[in-house]
Amino acid sequence: MPPITTPLPRRATPLQPRRRAIIVGASSGIGLTLARRLAREGYTLALLARRADLLASLCEEINNAAGETRALAYPHDVTDYDTLPDLLQRIVADLGGLDLFIYNTGISLPVGLKKYDFEKDRRTTEVNYLGALAWLNPVAAMFQSLKAGQIVGLSSVAGERGRVGNPSYNASKAALTCYLEAMRNRLSRYGVNVLTAKPGFVDTDMILGAKGTFWVIPAEQAAADICRAIRKRRQEVYTPARWRWVMLIVRNIPSFIFRRLIF
Amino acid sequence: MNTTLPHEKLTLLENFGHSLRSPAYVFQPTEVDEIGQAFELTKQTSLTVTLRGAGRSYNDAALNGGGIVLDLQRLNHIRTWNPESGIICAEPGVTLQQVWQTVLPDCWWPPVVSGTMFTTLGGCLGMNIHGKNNFRMGTIGEHVLEFTAWLPTGAQVTCSPKKNGDLFRAMIGGMGMLGVFTSITLQMKRVHSGLLEVEAWNVPDLKTHLHDLEARKEDADYLVGWMDCTAGGRGLGRGQLHQANYLHEGDDPDAKKTMQVEHQTLPARFFGLLPKSILHTCMAPFMNNLGPWSANTAKYLIGRHKTYRQPHAAFHFLLDYIPDWELAYGRDGLIQYQSFIPKETALDAWTEMLNLSHRRGLPAYLGVTKRHRPDNFLLSHAVDGYSLALDFKVTDGNRSTMAQMLQDFDRITLAAGGRFYFAKNSETTAETAIRFLGEETVVKFRLLKKRCDPYNLLESDLFRRVFSDA
Repeated sequence: MPPITTPLPRRATPLQPRRRAIIVGASSGIGLTLARRLAREGYTLALLARRADLLASLCEEINNAAGETRALAYPHDVTDYDTLPDLLQRIVADLGGLDLFIYNTGISLPVGLKKYDFEKDRRTTEVNYLGALAWLNPVAAMFQSLKAGQIVGLSSVAGERGRVGNPSYNASKAALTCYLEAMRNRLSRYGVNVLTAKPGFVDTDMILGAKGTFWVIPAEQAAADICRAIRKRRQEVYTPARWRWVMLIVRNIPSFIFRRLIF
Repeated sequence: MNTTLPHEKLTLLENFGHSLRSPAYVFQPTEVDEIGQAFELTKQTSLTVTLRGAGRSYNDAALNGGGIVLDLQRLNHIRTWNPESGIICAEPGVTLQQVWQTVLPDCWWPPVVSGTMFTTLGGCLGMNIHGKNNFRMGTIGEHVLEFTAWLPTGAQVTCSPKKNGDLFRAMIGGMGMLGVFTSITLQMKRVHSGLLEVEAWNVPDLKTHLHDLEARKEDADYLVGWMDCTAGGRGLGRGQLHQANYLHEGDDPDAKKTMQVEHQTLPARFFGLLPKSILHTCMAPFMNNLGPWSANTAKYLIGRHKTYRQPHAAFHFLLDYIPDWELAYGRDGLIQYQSFIPKETALDAWTEMLNLSHRRGLPAYLGVTKRHRPDNFLLSHAVDGYSLALDFKVTDGNRSTMAQMLQDFDRITLAAGGRFYFAKNSETTAETAIRFLGEETVVKFRLLKKRCDPYNLLESDLFRRVFSDA
């Protein structure tokens, strides 16, 4: 729940319209930069993440810069599925509506090239995929009923092939991409836009200590690309854009070659 | 843990001007008892609830983003009608259309009506509507003999000017923030014909416009002005006034016939040809500064002094002439800005406002003037003076200029000792509200709110805007 000291944001009026967004996974990385950017664009935001202190300071920073309440913090663990419907209802009431939903939460827990670890795989799946499902189902129901809205899912280029390095991460992102596509096919007939964002390597906590990264872009650049895609109501965005063509090739590498590669 | 409402039950609601969209969980009771259940549900969900009638407010009065909206349109039964005394008792969802169609054949007419007949009685009382006869008959609240209401505390109260007088004067005009009307008893006005004697004449400028409104108020039953707000310079404030008077007994040889509902019905086609239902679509391409300028100028130039007899419904319900006319304003809709200004300061204030709108390139496409008198309701908008209602088209490009202009309008109105009406203006801030209502009034209303609604179950986007603590 937001601290009592934060007044609720002002509601829209005809001459001061407000778009309202939820960002799940907003305390760091792409989520954080998206929050800053959307707040600057005039959005009223509900920011969710596990780390309450980081969220609180981000909200303070955004609200101070705007000179009014533009961001509210809701500490939340995406695997806490039971509290979610109530939380969503609370947030939509606090914001006065909902126009944009962004699922950004994601973890990568590599297990090593020759090892297997179900606990890590389960955690990855729960956070990256089941958490997304738990949020996107009720949000989709809402948007379908309202015949309006935009959904953004932060998937990854990693979801396009299964690689030896990080099977459960690849699988969770592949599942998310596929689920988002299904949502798009369901919801576009109701005027709802679903955007699948596929970043390459982004300079965030996730790639700390990771080897073999290249074309690393700052989180600000990823957020800028995603915001542009949101404005243009795109269905898919690769950031940086060159990954679209790289992945076209990667997707088409025959298995007899791909299974000999180590990355 | 709170009760969660099914997310797919969210419905996108709009204001009358289609300039605001806001989702809410809509519940539509069919029995009065369900109001209590709705309050209970609101408490369980930790949400708030807003009352909604026909949704004819130009602003956010019947919107509650992300909360519950209690749509009272199906509580639409007329409980009793006494053609002898002219007293009607009805549920809050009954529309003015139902009322006049019930009472007119018995030689009665509602004492106060809005510009559209589709408003509900609950909404009319919640906003304490006025008509073109405000200077003579006051607001609708002055004709309420009694009402019963369901308060969020669970209590059911009966209020009249004498019984629970403070609540009576606060709930009428209280924006639906104190409780739900469950039955409303109104006194109708006796009429002797289904027709009104109407006189129309042009006024060349604002000074004459206001002068004539003043001069005619003694012998008029109804008085309304149309203002061509697209005209500047010497023609600033020019327009056409309409005065209407009831016919006396015996004036109308066909009184029995003219008081039948069929005689009052508005024609479905224009010139017997064009179906009115498609008219707003034809108007849409012309809703830019040029279109209304041409239409207004033509209307003014061909306007002649004339008298004629017109059915009540045709005279009063101008807004219903073109069905869905508000859709002609396009995707971003329209807003209405209405200021109520004392008679001494109105001329200067509106001259400044109209000039300002010309300088900013944002003329109002429609202006309507009326004469008013003060009343003793708590949140009153009335003054001993005039009101000017201005319709503006909202576009993506003009929002910030117009917001700035309306702030200037607010400043001008407040400096002139004016007031605002909570069913109309969409940008009035809490600071402005407290300035025209006075701190004492606001405190009084808040105390009553605390008494009737200790858990703050009733809240609308309008209430948050004009009564926020900021």
